[in-house]
Order: sequence, then C-alpha cells, then structure tokens
Amino acid sequence: MSHTATATTAANDPDSSGARHRDPLFTTASGGRKTKDLIAKVVMWAAFLLALSPLVWILWQVISFGGQNLMQSEWWTHSMRGITTRREGGGAYHAIMGTLLQGLVTGLISVPIGVFTAIYLVEYGRGRLARAVSFMVDILTGVPSIVAALFIYALWVTTFGWNRVGVAVSLSLVLLMIPTIVRSTEEMLKLVPNELREASLALGVPKWKTIASVVLPTAFSGIVTGVLLGLARVMGETAPLLILGPYTKNINFDLFSGNMATLPTMINDERQYLALPAAHDRVWAAALTLILLILLLNLAGRLIGRAGAVKA
Amino acid sequence: MSVTGVPVDLEPPSGQEPTEVPRGPGRLGDRLFGGSATLAGTIVIALVTLVGVFLLAQAIPAIAKDQVNFLWSREWNVDSEPLRFGVRDLLWATVVTSIIAMLLAVPVGVAVALFITEYAPRWLARPAAQLVDLLAAVPSIVYGLWGVATFTPFVGPLQNWLGSTLGWIPLFAPKYQSSLFVVGIVLAIMILPIVTALSREVFSQTPRTHKEAALALGATKWEMIRTAVLPYGQPGVISAAMLALGRALGETIAVTMILSALAPGSPWSWSLFNGGATFASLIANNAAEFDSPEKTGAYIAAGLVLFVLTFVVNAIARIVIERRKAFTE
Amino acid sequence: MYLLWKAPEVKIQRMSALTLVALAGTLALGACGSDNNTGTTGSNGSGSTGTAGGAASSADCPSGTVSAEGSSAQKAAIEEAISAYQDKCADATINYNATGSGAGIKQFIAKQADFAGSDSALKTAAGSDGKIEQAEADKACASPAWNLPMVTGPIAIAFNVKGVDKLILNADVAADIFNAKITTWNDPAIAKLNPGVTLPSEPIKVFFRSDESGTTENFTKYLKAAAPTKWTADPAKKWSGKGEGKEKSAGVSSAVKSTEGGVTYTEWSYAKDNQLGIAQIDSGAGAVELTGESAGKAVAAAKVTGTGNNLSLKLDYATKEAGAYPIVLVTYEIVCSKAADATKGKVIKGFLESFSGTDFQKSLTDMGYAPLPDEVQSKVATAVAALQ
Repeated sequence: MSHTATATTAANDPDSSGARHRDPLFTTASGGRKTKDLIAKVVMWAAFLLALSPLVWILWQVISFGGQNLMQSEWWTHSMRGITTRREGGGAYHAIMGTLLQGLVTGLISVPIGVFTAIYLVEYGRGRLARAVSFMVDILTGVPSIVAALFIYALWVTTFGWNRVGVAVSLSLVLLMIPTIVRSTEEMLKLVPNELREASLALGVPKWKTIASVVLPTAFSGIVTGVLLGLARVMGETAPLLILGPYTKNINFDLFSGNMATLPTMINDERQYLALPAAHDRVWAAALTLILLILLLNLAGRLIGRAGAVKA
Repeated sequence: MSVTGVPVDLEPPSGQEPTEVPRGPGRLGDRLFGGSATLAGTIVIALVTLVGVFLLAQAIPAIAKDQVNFLWSREWNVDSEPLRFGVRDLLWATVVTSIIAMLLAVPVGVAVALFITEYAPRWLARPAAQLVDLLAAVPSIVYGLWGVATFTPFVGPLQNWLGSTLGWIPLFAPKYQSSLFVVGIVLAIMILPIVTALSREVFSQTPRTHKEAALALGATKWEMIRTAVLPYGQPGVISAAMLALGRALGETIAVTMILSALAPGSPWSWSLFNGGATFASLIANNAAEFDSPEKTGAYIAAGLVLFVLTFVVNAIARIVIERRKAFTE
Repeated sequence: MYLLWKAPEVKIQRMSALTLVALAGTLALGACGSDNNTGTTGSNGSGSTGTAGGAASSADCPSGTVSAEGSSAQKAAIEEAISAYQDKCADATINYNATGSGAGIKQFIAKQADFAGSDSALKTAAGSDGKIEQAEADKACASPAWNLPMVTGPIAIAFNVKGVDKLILNADVAADIFNAKITTWNDPAIAKLNPGVTLPSEPIKVFFRSDESGTTENFTKYLKAAAPTKWTADPAKKWSGKGEGKEKSAGVSSAVKSTEGGVTYTEWSYAKDNQLGIAQIDSGAGAVELTGESAGKAVAAAKVTGTGNNLSLKLDYATKEAGAYPIVLVTYEIVCSKAADATKGKVIKGFLESFSGTDFQKSLTDMGYAPLPDEVQSKVATAVAALQ
C-alpha cells in the first residue's frame, strides 16, 4: 500500500478514518497513539455539543416564553399604548419600527463615511495620513458602546441643549458601526484583483472611474454583506439606548422629536415587572423578535455575499 | 497597523502616472472622488480626536480632584466632596471576568473550529458552523435576561460545591451566587462565536501539503492536527482570542444585569465567587444619575481606562494579524 | 466581529426567497401599525384619532405629547394613570421613563423631561457641586418649579425564609440586619420579637439597590430616624449598609425570591408581585402589618411644608403612632408652574388632575400604593388647578 495514495484519500476525505488503518512508518506505541486520537475525536465532538447547549437553551427559553405572543397578529400591528405592565395584550410594532428606523439612519450615515474611508485606505492612502486613519479606525473599534453614548450625550444634550431623540441614538451607533464597515469594506476591496484595476487604467479610464465602475461593483456584494452584518450587530446594542433613547409605548416615526421606542428599550422597560405573567411573556417575546430581526439581517447579508462573491 | 503587507499594496493599483494622463473631466472627477475619500478618512480622525478630547477634558479635572490614587485605590465615592475614587476593584473585576471567559472560550472555540474543519461529517460541517454563529445573533440584553433568570441559579450548585471543597484556596472562597465566575461563563458563551469563526477560517487555510505530509508519515488525525494545523493556525487563534477579549472587556448590559455589586467598604477578596463591578457595568448602572460634572468626570475617567485597555488588546490583535499575513505571503 | 462574515457559506435558493419575503413583510408592516389598543370593548369606528367621536370629552381634552422621567417607585401607578387618562383623551400622549429619581430631576433641569417624578422633593440646600436643585429647576422652567406629592408608596422589608410567613421586626433589629450585625435568622434579637415562630439557623442574605435610588434614601432615612444608635450613616441615594447589590427594584426583588434567607427593602408593589414575605414593623405600639390603610396613616401624620402650591411633605419616620406603618416614601411630580409650551402644559395639567383625583387615588391600593390622605389630596388638587 502506497503511503502517498492513502494520504491523498485521507486528505480528500477527512471524515474517513483512513489515517488509522494504514501501516504507518512508526508503529511503536500505536495503541497509545490510537487512544489519544480517539480521545481527541471525542473531545472535539463534546466541545461542539457543549457550544450548542447554551444556544439551544437560550432559544428554547426565548421561544417557549415569547413564542405565544408572536403568533398573535396584534403583536406585529399594535403598540403598547394604554397597556400597562399588569395588562395582557399590546404589541411591539412601535419598537420594531423604531429599531428599523434608527438602524436605517445609522446605516445611511455610517455607510458613506465607512466605505469612503476604506476606499481611501486601499486605493488612495499612502504615508502618514493613511497610517493615522488606519490607527484611528483601530481606536474606534475599541470604543465601548457606553462611552460612545456618553460622548454623544455630552455633545447633543449638554453642549447643544437638544432633546434626546432617535437621531441621537443613531449617531452613537454610527460611532460603533463605522469601524466595522471600514474593516469589512477594506477586506473586500483588497480582494478585487489588481489586474482589473490595471486593465481599466491602461485603457485610459481615470482612476476615480476605475474605482467607481470597476472596483466597487466587483466588491459590491461583499460590502453590502459587511454593512448588513454590522447593522445586525448595532441593532442589538442596549447601553447607548439607555442613555440616549427614552422609551415610549406609542408609535413615533419622527426621528427628530419625541421619544422613540426600540426593542432593547422595550425589553428593558418590561423587565422591571418580570414577576408579572403578562410582562414576562412580553419581555421574552420582544427578545425573540429582536433575535429574529438580527437573524434576518444576518441571513440577508450572507445571501447577498454569496450571490456575488468576488472571484479572486 | 498600516495597510502594508497585503497583496494590493505589494503592487500599488496605481502609480501616479495613469492619473497624470491629461484628461479634463477625469482629473476633476479624480479630485472630487479622491477628495471625498480623503474627507471620509479625515472625518474618522476628527471623530476619534473629538471623542478623545471629550474623554480627557471630562476626566482630567475629576482625576485632579481625586483624593486617593486613581489607579490603586479601592474606594469609589463620588457623591460628596472630596472625591475619592480609584479603579483597582473595577480593574480586578473586569480582568478576572474576561480571563475566565478566555480560559473557557478559547479552548472550546478552537475545539469547535477543529470539529467543524476536520471532524464533522460533511453534511454537518456547514450547519454546525452556522449554528455556532447564531450565538452571535443573540443580543446581550437577552444573555442578561437568561443569565439572571436561568443560568445563575443553574450554576449555583456547582459554585457551592467548589466553594465547599476548594474554599480554603482564596480564589474559591464562598461568597455570592451572582459572581464574577458566573459572569465569566456568560461572557465565554458570548465570545465563543468570535473565537470559533476566526479559528475556523485559519484552520481551513492550512496548506493541504502540510496535512498530507503529516499523514503520509503515518500520523494519526490528531497528530496531524497537532503538527500541521495547530502550528499553522496559532497566530490566527491568538488574534481571534484578542478580538474576543476586547469584546468581553467592554460588555455592558449583560454584566450589569447579572453581577452583584459589593457594598461600600467591603473587604478585599481574591474570590472568584465575589461580586463587584466592571468598568462598563459601573458606568451603566450609574449613568442615569450623573448630575454633577465632577461625578460624571469620575465615571468617564473609568471609561477612559476601559478604552485604553480595550485599545491595547485590539492593537495586539491587529499586530498579530498583520504579522501572520506578512508571514503567509 | 467584523470578520464573522467570512465564514464559509452555503445557502439554498429557497432560503434566499424566504428571506426576501420576510424582509418585504417587515417593511409592509410600516403601513399597518396602530396605537389603538382599546381592542374588543366597543371602540367607536373613528379609531385612535377620532376627535369627531366623543364631542363631550374632546371639549376638555387637550392634545399633545408629554415626556416625563424619574422615580421607578411610582412606575406602576403612573402607568395606570397614563392609561386611564389616555383612554379618556385619545389625543393626549404621556411617556414615562422610570430611570430613577435623580435622573428625572437631572433631565428636568436639562429640559429633557416635561415633568419629573422624584422620591424626594427638590432640595433647597446646595449640593456637593454648589448648585441648588430648586433654583436650577426654577431657572429651567423660567417660573417656579413645584413639587406635587402624588403617590405614596410604602417600602416593604421583603424576605424569603422557609417556613416563615409572618415576621415582626423593629427599627433596631432591621438596622442590625441591614448592617450585617445580625447574620442568622434565628438570632435571639429576631426570636425575641417573634415568639412562637420557628426561625431557621440560615444565614441572612441582604440585598440592596446597586443603583442610586430614592427608595434607598427613604429607607435609610427611616433607619436613621427610628434607630439612630444602630444606624449611623447619613441617608443617601447610595446604599451605605452591607450586603449584595442588585440593579433596580426588580433586581433586588427577584434576587430575594430566588435566594433562601434573602431579605431586602423594596416598594410594596414589587414585594407583592414577587410574592415575598413582608415584615410587620413594631414601632413600640405593637406590630403593624403593611396595608394601604396603615401606610396612609403614616402619610397623614406628615407635615406639609413648602410655600404656597409648592408642596413637600415632611414624614415622621420615628412615629410611634399605633397602627401606622412608618416606612413610606412619597413620590412627587415636579412640574413647572407655568409651562414653557402651552400645549404641553394643558396635557400635564389635565393628566395631573386625573392622577390626583380621589377616584384614581383610591384605586392605587390594589397595586401596592397608598392613596394620598384627604388633606394632602385637596392641597394637591388646588395646586394642580393653579398650574398654567
């Protein structure tokens, strides 16, 4: 039996136990080695099952407590107006729309800044400024969400004296989202083959047109994926909302005035009465809704990413 | 830190020459487009500078008024003059919970990544990867809810048992149920998908030749992993661990909900079963009541330490990533 | 996190179609939301914005949106009040965020909240930063800011001890428990107050509010007033005793619920909702059970201080009156006497009228509050009527 042949089979099919029933070069202590191999296999399976257990546990809990409410159409179409924590009923419509709207605005602000910063870093940036920008993006990655919120509060409320409104929340989320977008876009732009750029430039196409009509379209789906995943991340943030986004039980679409509800603040409001059955169910239902929303964004992001992956 | 060491930069996509081609609209467009790109970069710099200036401007006056050593004191009294606050307890709680999280999440995460890349049957590998990624889709407030309502009581018996059998070691002295230990475990679950996803990625890039060589020499699968996959993936795993650590350090709402605070003047304890507050949880718990500039400044000073801590960890991660990239090319 | 997207993918086309459908569905939601939760019980066709519907009510019903913030002690009460008022006046919207008394005052002074709920009246002495709350609030209002006592909530000493339903404490013993001088439930000091009750030898686990809280301030005021030798720390929003800290009233209540041997101080409503044991207090004239009536008695004994329509209550925590439950807190609504925004002013006035009305106040007992005593209630009503 040739070693190379078996090795190739084993490598091609990592699931076969081919590695073990060969005649190895060093046969000594093969029993001990086999045991070790078996132990390793068991450990890997165990680790996987261990990692799954909290997921299954959390999802089971969220679904079993909150699933009931989600089955009612009222949940998706009504706000909590007039429903006190003691009463049954009400919906999460106001909070869902608030989360979506604030997410949308966060995206609208952070995408241009983030994508252009990435373009700058990959296509234009040389020298000290580029190093500075890259360094600053790193720093921004390290800003804890609560600190970002304190900053916006100091700016928005203390300095300008404006009210806490939806847009202020979005601004603090922008701080958290920009580094995510810059890094993911950067990765995607770097994946665009240089030959494409060179070909375009050689045809006399100006550099900006090359970037706009060759580089960006090639990397487009990857960038969208990065944006959606970044959005999914910031939508689940709670700490900034506690400082900047007071809750309301009413529907409010106006980002520039009045309180705007979001799913995390809805959870936070209702969880004060977790001991009451009606509030308990709503807390978990809102949690389930938030998970579903984030999951949906994740899924959309991955699908878009897969549909037009850069063929490097 | 820079963009060097990546394929694009080895051969810059453009020298200056192509743009020099005399073309009116092109040059204007270039200036506009390049200008907006530079502008975006400048905005990022301005933003970070603003945040930094704001943090320092708020923190420095408070630290200047501080009557005790800011880094070493255990006191946290910002309600009355003179201010007496120090971050030692916060630093301890933050670092201990994150270390527990790392000790649990890194080995398990790496094992799960190995399971997905090497052990899982083909039909299972991808669903398995996606399931673990699902953990990242659970928002932290939900981890907090679950941690308080379900997980803390569940870990209680284990904690009691550890406390009663190993209680003579200061690290395991019995204290409270909602302890640093429990928070560490919850943080471990929260960062597990980060460790797994990044490790999985580097493991799957292990050159086939390395693996084949090991197997050809008669290595068992485990020996192949140990001699080929793990050494190759090591820098990737380290950077994954660092990114995860950065996340664990700054986690706010779940920690605030779960961890028991200590009464003022509690004696120092090395116990993992003690309560406490991390930087983020202390700020979050008190943010609603920031009513004087000095008081706010004290909390922001704490935020600044967290900021520096997270930044150092993230910077190490990036250095390791860049090194690895340079190394593999 | 940003590297997660690199994960290897497979997706079936079906999944992508599903996602798109779901996304479209979410967006479609934008068209059909409703604030109208009056639901099955005959809402007349005009719906939530039906000014044409009830002509009688719309005459004295203002419209507009008001945002308030503050004490979490009154959350359940004010939510009911808001719901009742909005049922009556569909065009009025009141938001209340229970972020804490200090936060309420802070946001009120920063003009972020139209009125504030606070467990203590605006302070008239300079704070640590040299600022006077009352003066700051007056400045923010450009008119005197008034404290209006609105909800009186008893603070329960809530416990979870196996086999013990009825527990009698006095101020001295309570102070010792919360200072960790008494550490087991069968301590002679507790046993002496509870003859005939078998107390377990379990350790006492004290829980306190880790956030700054008006409840903590009022509870420590009581301990300081009624047990001055045992409790020496000055009353403050921040806890100065011993124990294990939990976030908000919900946190301490659920911690006691899940911990055998646990004890805490919390608003009556939370103790009731979590089905915790509630200690009776013996102030020297026999054990007093916590009821709306016994708490009301303590509030009735309070002196009304403050000038004109700016009402604040001085509670006598050391009261020895028979049948009075002494640990109570009063939540004030802090309002501008002359609202900067007339539309909002009308909503606030209308709302507070219904909130302070005797009918509504009487209904508060079911939720774990005590109604305002008649004398105080009439003064509040006068003040509300004078709001501009």
